[in-house]
Amino acid sequence: MADPVDPILSVSDLTVSFRSDGRWREVVHGVSFDVGPRETVALVGESGSGKSVSALSILRLLPRDASRIGGRVRFAGRELLAAPEAEMRRVRGDAIAMIFQEPMTSLNPVLTIGFQIAEALIRHRGLSRSAAEAEALRLLDKVRIPAARSRLHEYPHRFSGGMRQRVMIAMALACRPKLLIADEPTTALDVTIQAQILDLIKSLQDEEGMSVLFITHDMGVVAEIADRTVVMYRGRAVEAGPTARIFEAPVEPYTRSLLAAVPRLGTMAGRARPMRFPVVDRTTGLAAPTPETPDTVQAAERPVLEVRDLTTRFDIRSGLLGRVTGRVHAVEGVSFSIAAGETLALVGESGCGKSTTGRAILRLVEPLSGSVLLDGEDIIGLDPKALRARRQRMQMIFQDPFASLDPRMSVGAAVAEPLLINRLAAPREARRRAEDLLARVGLGPETAGRFPHEFSGGQRQRICIARALALNPRLIVADEAVSALDVSVKAQVVNLMLDLQAELGLAYLFISHDMAVVERVSHRVAVMYLGEIVEIGPRAAVFGDPQHPYTRKLLAAVPVPDPARRGERHALPDDEIRSPIRAPDYVPPERLYREVSPGHVVQDRGAGWTGSAAGEAAA
Amino acid sequence: MAGSTLASPSDEAPALARPPASPGRETWRRFRRHRLALASVGVLALLVGGVVFGGFLWPVAIDDIDFAAQLQGPSWDHPFGTDDLGQDLLARMIYGGRISLAVGFAAMAVASLIGVLVGALAGMSRRLLDPVLMWLTDLFLSLPQLPLLLLVIYLFRDSLKAVFGSQGGVFLMIVAVIGGLRWMPVARLVRAQFLSLREKEFVEAARSQGATAAHLVRRHILPNALGPVIVAASIEVSAAIIAESTLSFLGLGFPPDIPTWGRLLFDAKDHLDVAPHWALFPGGAIFLTVLSINFIGDGLRDALDPRRVL
Repeated sequence: MADPVDPILSVSDLTVSFRSDGRWREVVHGVSFDVGPRETVALVGESGSGKSVSALSILRLLPRDASRIGGRVRFAGRELLAAPEAEMRRVRGDAIAMIFQEPMTSLNPVLTIGFQIAEALIRHRGLSRSAAEAEALRLLDKVRIPAARSRLHEYPHRFSGGMRQRVMIAMALACRPKLLIADEPTTALDVTIQAQILDLIKSLQDEEGMSVLFITHDMGVVAEIADRTVVMYRGRAVEAGPTARIFEAPVEPYTRSLLAAVPRLGTMAGRARPMRFPVVDRTTGLAAPTPETPDTVQAAERPVLEVRDLTTRFDIRSGLLGRVTGRVHAVEGVSFSIAAGETLALVGESGCGKSTTGRAILRLVEPLSGSVLLDGEDIIGLDPKALRARRQRMQMIFQDPFASLDPRMSVGAAVAEPLLINRLAAPREARRRAEDLLARVGLGPETAGRFPHEFSGGQRQRICIARALALNPRLIVADEAVSALDVSVKAQVVNLMLDLQAELGLAYLFISHDMAVVERVSHRVAVMYLGEIVEIGPRAAVFGDPQHPYTRKLLAAVPVPDPARRGERHALPDDEIRSPIRAPDYVPPERLYREVSPGHVVQDRGAGWTGSAAGEAAA
Repeated sequence: MAGSTLASPSDEAPALARPPASPGRETWRRFRRHRLALASVGVLALLVGGVVFGGFLWPVAIDDIDFAAQLQGPSWDHPFGTDDLGQDLLARMIYGGRISLAVGFAAMAVASLIGVLVGALAGMSRRLLDPVLMWLTDLFLSLPQLPLLLLVIYLFRDSLKAVFGSQGGVFLMIVAVIGGLRWMPVARLVRAQFLSLREKEFVEAARSQGATAAHLVRRHILPNALGPVIVAASIEVSAAIIAESTLSFLGLGFPPDIPTWGRLLFDAKDHLDVAPHWALFPGGAIFLTVLSINFIGDGLRDALDPRRVL
């Protein structure tokens, strides 16, 4: 790349090998890229593509005895791979700073954040304690932490995830680094918080004049932030170039398939039914035509699931006698229904009660009040035995497919288990059925004897789907079922779920925080905020004509995988997601709902709605 | 594994190299990879085989008193030497080893059984049972073990002797006392495992499929909780052998004429300066048994865990 100015970081022919079982295995094969001054370069790729390893090896943070780094890494005229360890320590955190994915674990919980920032300043910049504290305060102001002066002496647990990531960024900025390496800094955060952090990184980069190496798997984030993009696949940089060029005219087949699999908000305008993701050939990069999904909704019949005024609260007890000192109002007066063959998406940010709603419907947590009608029969109040029988008709798919499979049980046994538990088949018959089910989700019968750890994430999720199908359920509650998967795998699993819905007439309660995927798969959408549904309606109506300020804010925060539309977004206020914890004597206010169009119902924001006023201003 | 990390390590392309073996064979293959455990199986087999069949190969009476051969070191006549009455130590160790090992394994079984039962009940209960059982566990943990052992033996030795005979009675009592006083670590371990496992998603998944609590425990929770229990149980064997040795050493275990390994140590202590072999052989046997059982426990834990890449 012929840059007019010298790059600040120049990585050429980087190879990284790890030792496993006494053998060296190369995981990064000759990666080269440059980062110019004040430039943001994104390393993008799916998990296992070697993007994080590449970044860690730039700072030589990999375990020295189990890894080998080859090639050249030049930073500001210095060769980093040949530098002595003492010099590397000066580079780390001083000239190059790094922020990580998990803001929850990167701060020491027993020290105040002011102390932790000041510590870095005293060590690296040689400031006195009082000067360091003043500087720490300035940095907290800089990363837009509200009321920074009063929060300087608080401990990390008092900060939310987004605020902690701000603290981490403040620490990274402490020594005015020339280069900031950000390793998936927003992956663990909610969309509205992610948008805030991305905005923050962008504006800080302008103010401080740093370069940023941004590692992510999210093409939307790339489009939002990067000047140039390096696409990584299986340890190789398959394509590099200006972000706009990569998005407009990808050359490599892999880049094309990756971009085709990225769900884009707004592509579904004018379509009533869910749509499959296009299937792209990895070798040619050509997309096969997307078959139209049939109309699966059985609107005339009685809905499979009718939920009325479902409320779930958790007591918070403290003190010696375990007195109730507060309640988490996880789900408050939630009502909706799902017809056979219909997908209702439940969207919202972490802590909004969407998962609890899903669990309460299956009575995996006991709801406090309300009714859950499955095929017209209320399952609240059923005795355990009757409940177990009803659970056959509703199944659940969980977010983490590895955690939801027993590591000691072979895949065939796991899929056959529901049949055996409910005495629906003899062991031999159950085995055979399990193989059929595995075949149905695209796995060969020979996989039945293997254990979950031998499969990739997408395959494990297929196994979980096969297990959920074993009992011929009418309803499947998919709790963030595709959120942990890579984009291309996510597309495949979503396609599988749509195919199964068309074949079997399944009803889905699709719980997700990912608005773009939700737009793709759902017939209707319900938006949850602080335990309540604030807006529910047909997908086209909710996405096309959002009425509630929170829905608008949520939609505005979704990163758009289109660099041309960068900056179109409204600036988001730096507020946090509010907590649903209330005093024990709290009585939730009466909510009023109004119908905007047929089926599209919005919570009237009277005195009850206390969300951000800026969300309304943005509208 | 953090919930927010990407769960997919690679592409959809299946990277399944080995054909699946049957679970039993697979476990054995994994166990064989653990060299120390495999060697320990050999050592333990030698010790157990020695005490069980040694009597046939070395048919010397354990109470043959020969004052001409007092406190002799190892020789061809007496491979392990003799004690102060000229009794053959090898024969005595073969005989006593049966009792020591039997006490060890039986006490381990008792302790593990009670521990798993108490731990599982506490771990599955969501109401009052859990705190009550844990208070009981804490209570037992706070009891001073040795004085209690002495008290129990003092109180019940004679009545048990009357019912089960001298050896049988003491055996039962020692197993019950050691097992009954050493279940607490296992119970706590099992409870902790249950508490974390019962909230795991795969348990919840089974629950949503209509599984009963008994099924959850049997198929999902217990098998996954067993790894640490196996290690704890293997340590329990060694602890029981040592506890029995302590009792015998204090002269409170089996009657003095039954030469358990601990009793042999007790008898040898007065002659350590002139006849160190007397203490070295039983001490070494206890040491080897305990060590090899611990290694086997380690190996078993790894072998029974299909997640481990071995």
